[in-house]
Amino acid sequence: MALTGVLRPGHVALRVLEMGPALKHYKDVLGLIETARDDKGRVFLKAWDEHDHHSVVLRETDEAGMDYMGWKVASVATLKKLATDIEQSGLCTDLGWVPAGEHPTTGERFRFTIPTGHVMELFAEKGIVGNNCGTDGENINPNPWPDGLQGISPSRFDHCLLYGDDLDGTVKLFTEVLGFGLAEQVMAGEDKSFMIGAFLSCSNKAHDVAFIRQPVKGKFHHASFELGSWEKVLHAGDVLSRNHTSIDIGPTRHGITRGETIYFFDPSGNRNEVFSGGYIYYPDRPTITWWDVELGPAIFYHDRKLNEAFLSVFT
Amino acid sequence: MHFVVTIENTGETFRCGEEDNVLQAMEQLQRRGIPVGCRNGGCGVCKVQVSEGSYTKRKMSRAVISADEEASGCVLACKIYPQSDLRVEVVGKMARAIVAKKSMSFDFGFATATAINQPDEEK
Ligand code: FES
Ligand SMILES: [Fe+2]
Repeated sequence: MALTGVLRPGHVALRVLEMGPALKHYKDVLGLIETARDDKGRVFLKAWDEHDHHSVVLRETDEAGMDYMGWKVASVATLKKLATDIEQSGLCTDLGWVPAGEHPTTGERFRFTIPTGHVMELFAEKGIVGNNCGTDGENINPNPWPDGLQGISPSRFDHCLLYGDDLDGTVKLFTEVLGFGLAEQVMAGEDKSFMIGAFLSCSNKAHDVAFIRQPVKGKFHHASFELGSWEKVLHAGDVLSRNHTSIDIGPTRHGITRGETIYFFDPSGNRNEVFSGGYIYYPDRPTITWWDVELGPAIFYHDRKLNEAFLSVFT
Repeated sequence: MHFVVTIENTGETFRCGEEDNVLQAMEQLQRRGIPVGCRNGGCGVCKVQVSEGSYTKRKMSRAVISADEEASGCVLACKIYPQSDLRVEVVGKMARAIVAKKSMSFDFGFATATAINQPDEEK
């Protein structure tokens, strides 16, 4: 196995103001599939092509935002090793273990708060429910996609963009301790030495998580879901409009990662993205650098400037 | 039933039905003044202080509106529905940008953006 260590974003846990409208959005409009509810009222969902039990967790409470993001690692041994490495790095706070079963079908999770204030988790085990494509049994002679998809129906939860203050500490953690590569960076200052944006990959994707430096702790900009083509991004725009979903911007293209995108908001104001495209990242691919003066086209390549919401609207 | 909403910062007025939230009515009539963000009560950029009038409201994120603020009429324009004419003052984190420019032009550099972006608890 060439891909080891941290495999992928495993889940994102979001706070919603009202579960009813949230479920209408995430199930009927976005098209995620509900896989469980627990006795705390949390709802667990997955995208159609994810085999693991859940990738999105919704919790009703009195504020919007992200509770935590979870990462699937290659094995239980990797989980133990990375937990030790994180502890020894001294970069994180509030370290601890969440017992197995706290998320349905999920093994124990190592939880920690990173320098930008976000709560992250690593886990090795989660129940496999499959993608419902097999015709002669799960994963046997599969169709390319399953019947009964709803709404936009992205294939997977793909990445988050997060806002926080200590970008240097968080980038150090992800690159030096967790083994991520820096695919792209946004640099500011006279000599372009001050990092204000970091796009990090643990895989072959252009990014698995991104951070932008802002004078806040633990803020959530968006959770993104993958679509197979630009045409599906346009179709997603149609689905959003016919459902009167609050659209932030798009369809358009990002300069960073080259993805084609729409940003929109869930009924609690948490931003979602659906996107397609990008490139294949390998660990030896040179890091792409954007200068702060080119932040406009870096974020929205066609408009060549930020919209009013990009830097100021987050939860 | 329709009522008139006045934005005190700019003098802008627009009509708003009792079934419509104030931000949505402003946007539909192509009026400006209250910054538009998520439109869903989560981000806080549409924060206004209601100085006159009555309204009903829906759930707003406590991360951007405290219980005390809500009780004193400091609310999210996207979550209030008029029951009378309203006078509101924009007080959200982008209010300074409005007063300074009277229009929402956002080709600011990153440093300006972060200055505007201070969350209320850090002001
Ligand atoms: S626009 Fe985000 S809270 Fe009103
Ligand atoms: Fe994204």
